[in-house]
Amino acid sequence: MNCEEARGKVDAYLDDGLSTQDVRELETHLNACRDCSAALLRAVQWKKQLRAAGKAFVPTASFRQRIYDQVQAKPKKAWKWNWAPLTAVLAALVVATLLFSVHRQDRLTAKQTFGEIADLHVATLASQSPVDVISTDRHTVKPWFQGRIPFTFNLPELNGSNFSLIGGRVAYLRQSPGAELIFQVRQHRISVFIFQERAIAESLPGSAGDLHQLTFTMESWTQDGLRYFVIGDAGRQDITALSDLLKAAARS
Amino acid sequence: MAVTLEGVSNDQTFEAMSLPLLDQLYNFAQWLTQDRSEAEDLVQETYAKALKSFGLFQPGTNFRAWMYKILRNTFLNTRTGMRAATEPIEDDETMLPPVVETPETLMIQNVEQQILQAALAELPVSAREIVLLSDVEEMSYQEIATALGIPIGTVMSRLSRARRTLRELVRKKLEVKA
Repeated sequence: MNCEEARGKVDAYLDDGLSTQDVRELETHLNACRDCSAALLRAVQWKKQLRAAGKAFVPTASFRQRIYDQVQAKPKKAWKWNWAPLTAVLAALVVATLLFSVHRQDRLTAKQTFGEIADLHVATLASQSPVDVISTDRHTVKPWFQGRIPFTFNLPELNGSNFSLIGGRVAYLRQSPGAELIFQVRQHRISVFIFQERAIAESLPGSAGDLHQLTFTMESWTQDGLRYFVIGDAGRQDITALSDLLKAAARS
Repeated sequence: MAVTLEGVSNDQTFEAMSLPLLDQLYNFAQWLTQDRSEAEDLVQETYAKALKSFGLFQPGTNFRAWMYKILRNTFLNTRTGMRAATEPIEDDETMLPPVVETPETLMIQNVEQQILQAALAELPVSAREIVLLSDVEEMSYQEIATALGIPIGTVMSRLSRARRTLRELVRKKLEVKA
């Protein structure tokens, strides 16, 4: 390669746009030719200056906000609208939990547990910072619980489903630590609680269908010594679908 | 029903993918339009269009290039863009002869930003955009080809012509100053 050819290839070299063969030939030439390596340095310098000069305009803060609002419009709205009914639901739950405990002595413990789970879920929704580990990546969320809770669990792959993971936090039921995972489906937030079965002690029925009348749908089951609760204001179909994903992940 | 469900879960993906590009898309838009409020309209319309047609985006292909392509097509439909589209573009597939360095071009080493920016602004839109995509956004030839909807060979020849014009403009400005 002569100087003229080399100079013609300097820009493409910096663009990473040369073939391996051309790169090899050019580098051989540059090693041997001081003028051409000086030309390369100038080209690097020029590109650097151009890059700095080209980054000339930044959006204003208000415009940036406008775009964020535009893109995030849907979830944001839902979050705001949920506040009023949430407070009502919280109040209803407290009353309901009390009523149930008076009337049905035999099912008291089960009801209490489900009521507490519902309370935990509502508290999460009403919280300023609903999650302690914010990540949509199950490979980030799962390890976060290591050392924070005395057991481990599997999280499902959500790609291709309507669910997305928002994050997680440690939750307590009967003074026992467990995992709370928050998922989103459309505009609904669903909490998944996982506790050690022996920590909860009492035997619970497999499903909490009666809680449906309190606007929450809950599903609960035991698998490999762990007790799962899936609760949210989404429809039965969504709760079941998420439960199935979790059951499948726990089996794998 | 399935379509709406899919659409909403896509919204979150779109958000995560598109918002980090806001600054660079905006910068590019203002270079194209040379006007803040036109640039804002252009970026806003780009996001609206991209969100609406996100279902058509093929996962695994280059999202950034896809966004730039939407922005540029939107620009070409604005009044400023239509005017730009009438500027002649010299697309010669053969590469230009290399620039032989003269004492003048050797001088171009520490050019003030203002001069560079003024020269960039003077470039015809077709030259300005390709220099920005390559030297400022550091896109690969392939990405540029996707964003501009032209073959790679055209990217290379148009880019080298644009750079040469830019250097020439800067050189003239330096001469005037001197």
